[in-house]
Amino acid sequence: MRLEPATLKRIVHGALTARPDEIGCDECFEQLNQFAEMVLAGKNVAQAMPLVQDHLNRCRDCREEFEALLTALRALA
Amino acid sequence: MAERTNDEWLADLRGPGRDQALDDLRAILVRGLRYGMADRPSVTEADLEDFVQDALVKILDALDSFRGESRFTTWAQKIAVRVAFTELRRQRWADVSLQDLLSRYEDEDLTPAVLTDTAASPEQRTTQQMLLEMVQRLIAEELTERQRQAITAAMIGGMPLDELARRMDTNRNALYKLIHDARQRLKARMMEEGLSVENVLAAFES
Repeated sequence: MRLEPATLKRIVHGALTARPDEIGCDECFEQLNQFAEMVLAGKNVAQAMPLVQDHLNRCRDCREEFEALLTALRALA
Repeated sequence: MAERTNDEWLADLRGPGRDQALDDLRAILVRGLRYGMADRPSVTEADLEDFVQDALVKILDALDSFRGESRFTTWAQKIAVRVAFTELRRQRWADVSLQDLLSRYEDEDLTPAVLTDTAASPEQRTTQQMLLEMVQRLIAEELTERQRQAITAAMIGGMPLDELARRMDTNRNALYKLIHDARQRLKARMMEEGLSVENVLAAFES
């Protein structure tokens, strides 16, 4: 098995940047529709919904779903 | 297909216009998913229909929780995407047991792989080696058994949280929190040992 440098970096970086106010997947999902529409409208989401943005930066599963949602919404717009 | 306002969607899905509204919503969600999953060639049209069918059931169950903070169809599409990914991950990981995944990582010495990072300078390799030893030591010393399993399977083994949660008899949200607690624990010890984000970035940048 190989522990890639990128994996080691992710673990160490993920730990060092941990913050007490992180939201979980449920809270992120709850706000994801609103967040996605703000992204599509070109709004500054990192400022308006920083905790959702932070969760998406950290959680690969939520990020994957968010990106697919965004692609779907862009295509339907 | 007539455009509906959010209120019209809710009224139609709850009233006599339900069948037509469901047909319209189904068509929108299938079309959206087709784009959203376009980079996954294994997903068929029949899969898309199945995902949306399952999503429609969840959507109807959850209508009361829609708070109007976005377009109704955005909210519904979000649910369809979640259903689709949950199912795809379930299929993809069906044959992987947690025990197998954990033993693959726990029984082996992790050191050589990092030392093979050819892009790193000798100095960076030394730091990476130090970080690797620190991470292994802190994971062993600081974390509970469940935290250790979660970090190993999710962050090293790459198992999706839904899949790992099912195998650990918990849910995705609780698992994220478990890993979050573990990260905070590791952070406290790393700070005590004088490690900074800058050190880490410097050790990996090329």
